[in-house]
Amino acid sequence: MSYARRAWIVLWKDALAERRSKEALNALFFFTLLLLFIFQFTLGGDRERLTDALPGLLWLGFVLSGLVGLGRAFLTERDHDCWEGLLLSPGDKSAIYLGKLAGNLLLMLLVEAIMLVLFGVFFNLDVGRHLPALAGVVVLGTVGFAAVGTLFAAMTAQVRARELLFPVLLLPVLVPVLLGSVKATEAVLAGEGLGGVTHWLKLLAAADTVYVAVGVLTFDAILEG
Amino acid sequence: MTRTLGWLVVLALVAGLVMGFLVAPRDAAQGNVQRIMYVHVPSVLVAYLAFAVVLLASIVYLTTRRESADRIGHASAEVGVLFTGITIASGAIWGKPTWGTWWTWDARLTSVAVLFVMYLGYLLVRGMVDDRERAARYSAVVGIVAALDQPPTMLKPGPSTMPGVFAATLLVNLAALALVYVFLVTKRVALLRREEEALA
Amino acid sequence: MNRFDSMMADFAIQISALKKIYGGRPILSDVNLAIRPGEAVALLGANGAGKTTLLRILATLSRPSRGTAVVAGHDCVKHAERVRERVGFVAHGAWVYEDLTALENLKFWTTLSGRPMSAETLRVALTAVDLDRFAHARVRTFSVGMKRRLALARLTLSHPRVILLDEPFAGLDQQAGKWVDEYLAAFKAGGGTVLLTTHSFGRGLGVADRIVILAGGTVVLDTPAATLSPDDVRRLYEAHAEDEA
Repeated sequence: MSYARRAWIVLWKDALAERRSKEALNALFFFTLLLLFIFQFTLGGDRERLTDALPGLLWLGFVLSGLVGLGRAFLTERDHDCWEGLLLSPGDKSAIYLGKLAGNLLLMLLVEAIMLVLFGVFFNLDVGRHLPALAGVVVLGTVGFAAVGTLFAAMTAQVRARELLFPVLLLPVLVPVLLGSVKATEAVLAGEGLGGVTHWLKLLAAADTVYVAVGVLTFDAILEG
Repeated sequence: MTRTLGWLVVLALVAGLVMGFLVAPRDAAQGNVQRIMYVHVPSVLVAYLAFAVVLLASIVYLTTRRESADRIGHASAEVGVLFTGITIASGAIWGKPTWGTWWTWDARLTSVAVLFVMYLGYLLVRGMVDDRERAARYSAVVGIVAALDQPPTMLKPGPSTMPGVFAATLLVNLAALALVYVFLVTKRVALLRREEEALA
Repeated sequence: MNRFDSMMADFAIQISALKKIYGGRPILSDVNLAIRPGEAVALLGANGAGKTTLLRILATLSRPSRGTAVVAGHDCVKHAERVRERVGFVAHGAWVYEDLTALENLKFWTTLSGRPMSAETLRVALTAVDLDRFAHARVRTFSVGMKRRLALARLTLSHPRVILLDEPFAGLDQQAGKWVDEYLAAFKAGGGTVLLTTHSFGRGLGVADRIVILAGGTVVLDTPAATLSPDDVRRLYEAHAEDEA
């Protein structure tokens, strides 16, 4: 189907460009490492306090690295008028949104996986024991994050003071997703499993669906520049 | 038309004040400071009304590109932010003598604070994007996302457990503030239209 | 095609009473222009005269404040997608991703347009602009002229009926400029319509059938190019256009 292929080619292009330049991945990896050091310096003294705060810290790390990654999502389109090229190519523009979303999602999940490993190593977080449930929560939360993030990244790509406007717009909107994700992560890491937090999971799933739907419906209006 | 509306607003506000200060009885536990509820609760309800209007106006604008829809959305967002600010301020003033703190991170207050920042973001987008048409489109998208983001926890049970005179006072003040909203939005839309005509 | 569309098909580009206000200023006040299929028109004007604005409206990148623009039989505002299917646009940016090779760039743009093509077809397009040797080279290594040629290869693959070019000779050396000239001539010979803006009085005018000068937000001169020499054109330009920068 042409729509799916068009979304795919956008993903293909971004993945190829990233594989060649490795800009985003390198920067994000080091950023992740730095975050861990900062968490340690600011909270590491009290072991118990740190362990209690781990779910929140984990998502704080995801949010901060996500902001950096998403903020760059449309930067390459600004060179050589590629943005206009995207707009002028015939066909439903929402396919471009989905392609970009898929690319951002993959990048964010990769960085989050690395962060989980680092948390496991440096903060003794037993990731392996809770992995399936934890992975599920992380994916659910990240999809919502990436969906709004991709939309707002496109919006702010060509606005002055983009670095300010992007987080200011994105963070308040993320509050429900963040809340749900942290609560669910707390439950998982405490060994309670997902049974007790099904209402949060439902909220996340609903939010994800709504965000992707809004992205698909409004990306056209954003791309017009 | 706006002149009549203006007088109606004044009348309603006076009625609200009378009800709030003279008719409604003094609260047994909290004293007179409880009366600020008659500003605080209607304010947040009117704010939600304002943002619902922003949602509708944004959808209409994106589908029809009619500038009147954009002006209504813009004006409603501004007034909505104003009422949200009033909600937060009145809540703090109510909270300090009553519960000892200016602020607490409970679900209700936090979501109102987040609401405030969200729509400040809407206004920020308008301010930072130079091209008028682009600003309209972008803020319409923000208006839609922000509105859809309001968790259903907002609709908690309200005045149903309240004795009659309290509920009545609340309703009168709600009507008064809703009229203030309509008045302000009408004026603001007219001002926005005159600004655009001056530029064209 | 309905009756309206078939009327419009007489002209490849038809602009009526076009007005564009930007930031409070009227850039275009009243533009009227009609271009037949197979014609090539060169649009001249000072900086700030609105040439680029006009071209961008025709390319559906921008909406007019008032008036209508019909390109390739479709209204630029109401049926923008249909215009985009039939029109090619070449501006300063070549629509290239520098980390991708020439071939990969073509693959991306053709697939995104809903017309995926085989590698052989793409290679043929590269050969036509003499970039075949660089098919697997990253575009980062290309010169401005090479990037412009790649843009033309991309353009050909989309089979447009109308091409809009904004200063296509800017930044190109003699050789590359000759390329563009030949490309446009071949396109015109195939029945395509060309509208280009230009600052130079030698290049681009070679392929043009008509010269149009834009000044004060409107068309001040619209004359066949056949009888004019580059010097004639320069004199006319200086007579009609004042620098509005």
